Amino acid sequence: MTGQPEKRVTYTLDSSLDSVNKVEQTAEQMARKAGVDEDEIFRISMAVREAAVNAVLHGNAYDPEKRMTASFENTGASLVIRITDEGKGLDPATLPDPLAPENLLRGSGRGIFLIRSFMDEVHFRQLHPGTELTLIKHLGTAPTGA
Amino acid sequence: MSMKISTRQVDGVTILDLGGRITLGEGSVQLRDSVRDLLAKGQKKILLNLGEVNYIDSSGIGELVSAYTTVRNQGGELKLLNLTRKVHDLLQITKLYTVFDVKDDEASAIASYAHA
Repeated sequence: MTGQPEKRVTYTLDSSLDSVNKVEQTAEQMARKAGVDEDEIFRISMAVREAAVNAVLHGNAYDPEKRMTASFENTGASLVIRITDEGKGLDPATLPDPLAPENLLRGSGRGIFLIRSFMDEVHFRQLHPGTELTLIKHLGTAPTGA
Repeated sequence: MSMKISTRQVDGVTILDLGGRITLGEGSVQLRDSVRDLLAKGQKKILLNLGEVNYIDSSGIGELVSAYTTVRNQGGELKLLNLTRKVHDLLQITKLYTVFDVKDDEASAIASYAHA
């Protein structure tokens, strides 16, 4: 399936869990409209939720003065979701591997790993200040992850 | 939507029946508080029944791990029961499935706890 291309829609949201829930729900609706199966809808919406949590919690630290943006686009060939924050930036190369034995029992640190497991492409861009995370799911490809 | 949680005791094991979503800011906090309350009362044999948990994010997974290590560090046992397919798959890909003692039958789960 590919779905019909749709113009990019962008939301600017405060740094709250309500915003995270809204972004997750929007991703679910977008995936459903694109015609992907239920398991893929779950993986996409979960990956987007993780990105939004990172933006709100780790990037913006729930600062009411800082914003998260979330954009959603169906290019016809792919679903493209971009999440930005206004935090101090993130270097993904410095993130510990949550599957390493010494990290397995940590209480956090699995969000980016799950995003990479569930999406076809994940790109980080430093905005100075802030980070933009781009999540891409190619439509019509085999399921990823679990 | 918040997580539902209820508590019951069977043969010295405290079963937390969880339902709904275990996510950041919602179920994860409730789970943490519930486990801490049980430990404070000296109840160290804990079985988390996840049969009605339809969603868990990385924060929720982190709370499961934290609960496991906290109980273990206090000399107790925490096990998981009735994983849904989604939760099972998430624990598999995060390599946590073999860390937890996962059960699919309550009676055998209860029998598996060490008895003094």
